[in-house]
Amino acid sequence: MTVAAAAAHDDHGPAKGIKRWLFTTNHKDIGTMYLIFSLIMFFAGGAMALIIRSELMNPGLQFVHPEFFNQMTTMHALIMVFGAVMPAFVGLANWMIPLMIGAPDMALPRMNNWSFWILPVAFGLLGSTLFMPGGAPASGWTMYPPLVLQTGDAFPFLIFSVHLMGLSSIMGAINIIVTILNMRAPDMWLLKMPMFVWTWLITAYLLIAVMPVLAGAVTMLLTDQFFGTSFFLAAGGGDPVMFQHIFWFFGHPEVYIMILPAFGVVSEIIPTFSRKPLFGHDSMVYAASCIAFLSFIVWAHHMFTVGMPLSGQLFFMFATMLIAVPTGVKIFNWIATMWRGAMTFETPMLFSLGFVFLFSIGGFSGLMLAIAPADIQYHDTYFVVAHFHYVLVPGSVFAIMAGAYFWLPKWTGHMYNEAAGKLHFWLSTIFVNLTFFPMHFLGLAGMPRRIPDYSTQFADFNWLASVGAIGFGLSQLVFVYVLVTAKKGATATDRVWEAPRGLEWTVPSPAPYHTFDTPPVKRVHEEAFE
Amino acid sequence: MIQYKTTSVWGPQGEQSMIRKSFLSLLGLISASTAQADWALNMPRGVTELSAETYDLHMMVFWWCVAIGVVVFGVMIISLIKHRKSTGAEPATFSHSTSAEVLWTAIPCVILLLMAVPAAETMIRLEDSRDPDVSIVVTGYQWKWHYKYQDEGVEFYSSLAKPSREARSKGAGIDPFTVENFLLDVDRPLVVPKGKKIRILLTSNDVNHAWWVPAFAIKRDAIPGLVNEAWFRAEETGTFRGQCAELCGKDHGYMPIVVEVVEPDAYQAWVETRNDSGAQVAQTETRP
Repeated sequence: MTVAAAAAHDDHGPAKGIKRWLFTTNHKDIGTMYLIFSLIMFFAGGAMALIIRSELMNPGLQFVHPEFFNQMTTMHALIMVFGAVMPAFVGLANWMIPLMIGAPDMALPRMNNWSFWILPVAFGLLGSTLFMPGGAPASGWTMYPPLVLQTGDAFPFLIFSVHLMGLSSIMGAINIIVTILNMRAPDMWLLKMPMFVWTWLITAYLLIAVMPVLAGAVTMLLTDQFFGTSFFLAAGGGDPVMFQHIFWFFGHPEVYIMILPAFGVVSEIIPTFSRKPLFGHDSMVYAASCIAFLSFIVWAHHMFTVGMPLSGQLFFMFATMLIAVPTGVKIFNWIATMWRGAMTFETPMLFSLGFVFLFSIGGFSGLMLAIAPADIQYHDTYFVVAHFHYVLVPGSVFAIMAGAYFWLPKWTGHMYNEAAGKLHFWLSTIFVNLTFFPMHFLGLAGMPRRIPDYSTQFADFNWLASVGAIGFGLSQLVFVYVLVTAKKGATATDRVWEAPRGLEWTVPSPAPYHTFDTPPVKRVHEEAFE
Repeated sequence: MIQYKTTSVWGPQGEQSMIRKSFLSLLGLISASTAQADWALNMPRGVTELSAETYDLHMMVFWWCVAIGVVVFGVMIISLIKHRKSTGAEPATFSHSTSAEVLWTAIPCVILLLMAVPAAETMIRLEDSRDPDVSIVVTGYQWKWHYKYQDEGVEFYSSLAKPSREARSKGAGIDPFTVENFLLDVDRPLVVPKGKKIRILLTSNDVNHAWWVPAFAIKRDAIPGLVNEAWFRAEETGTFRGQCAELCGKDHGYMPIVVEVVEPDAYQAWVETRNDSGAQVAQTETRP
């Protein structure tokens, strides 16, 4: 009934032409823009990854100079972290959180518009550095001084683009918190919220807590470079290690910012295709909160080689190992959700299962890295590269893909091409492992990361990884095909899947421009509440 | 378990760099795997007590991960096979179990404790750099290392060896497979005595570097304005190789580390030869 009212209210639909996108305050339009932006960045960052992997395919320098190689590793990371993964999750949040909690829109729609439109500007600034004297930033996305201070004309552009990305993230996070805390349907008390909403609520708090820390750190770099301060310069009484502490105080929660919403997406999908409610909903919430808390007290495990006091090393080792506990709880709950269900394996489920398997492998290598004496051997080698790509690519990116396939029929009103979706999944899974699994061996055998060339005994696995990377890149074109043909499939029902739960499945497909003008009432949508 | 000496980058290297010729064909891949030089899968065990301990820790955690993986993935695979709609499975309706949650929180805690204790013990030993026999100040430069033996009056720079330097640039036209120890050889290696406690004091002249020799299980950052400590006691003679492990600019990949571990007598003799021409060596052999 509310839905019918919403449809009648559609008299002021979207504006026409470019103005619709420039001035929109509609959470669905903004969500779409975030998702498209993130896909473009995914391909831009991917192209850089392919430059890196092409150069590393064989020993000796074939294509690029070391300077440019370092620019590529730096830009690839910045673009993938801030341009692809984070905006993709914000896009999913924009689209789905209001639909999941029965809200008409995000709480702060104009700020929503602004937080999106800052991003193209930020990445315009960052991308322009490729054409500057001295080239793009080449000191790694971690921007450690004193090396980062050797950046050429790109330096202030790097700093300001990071500021803008942070601004965008903070505004997005405020919006999500305000929306979730104030605009839920009357009967949806906090512990009834879907897991995707819960994980995003926690993520948003992490963002607000740490993005200003990053902004502070890069501002200190800026003043060290241009205004004569010595925060990080030993010659002036500063401390280069302090930057690393501040950066990783941001950086470690940042990795959970990129994985908690992924946990949320997977927690929506696995119950749907297991035809069984999510196992241990409340303990999942506690586990996610616990991970978020721990993320603030483990940062120096990125720094076991900088020369900390023994007690510091032991503390950070123990705290880091503890993260395995709540993360394990999550994995066990997903498996308990599948247990004695009636599973089917549509594309979103395939990507979610791939996520559980492969993210776990990243978790195992994470546990190995937590062991400080062993980490001294692993640190800054390809073992670390393998680890964080396992949690980010078949982790975060697979969850984003899963979410995209899961909700695509709700967005477009049509079923996507299932055969192409499955092909996309299988190709991605095969190639992602071919790319990143050999990197474990490379790291253990002693290949440092961020080197443009390597000794000949590393040649075989590097060749294999490069083949995998090219395959993975090409496989993503299948996803583009699915998107281009997304509206050609059969008409989607409101519920789309056989047994979905949640308010988003009570609105028509495609979701009308305005939904839930009046809040849904529990007795109307009884089944939508868990 | 001293296979590393001939099979990995860390030990003395000989023919293996050239074994692998045709790697683009599948045939090449298979034949290369028999040579053992390539396709190295695991961490070297190293030649110090602590590198062996580190290796054992690494393997212990690895086997724990394998065990947990077998159980977790095993249950998941059984579920994927048995509980599918196409086999006519009816979904159950259970959605929580407090005892299960307690159990799978408690068991990982116990396993973690079993890992944490030996890890902490090794960590404590790693940090104990008291009473060294030889102290060497290692200074990182963009892009070479400088070594200064504190009490012996020997100091010199150590940079990438000439054959690698000639072959490294783009369009050099030299096949890296024909260069012995490509990118892992230096003009002047660090020489240390076997069985003595060597303390490394690390700092940097410009940006952060990291001094890493896997066979000694040492990796420590060289940071301008700070002095870091690390130590090792090599139990075997030989040539051990490592690389800079902290991004330090464009030639980060071209500042290898080579350590020659020799018998104490030979070391003493080496120190004396270096001492005679010490001042001269330190000055004239610097390369840009």
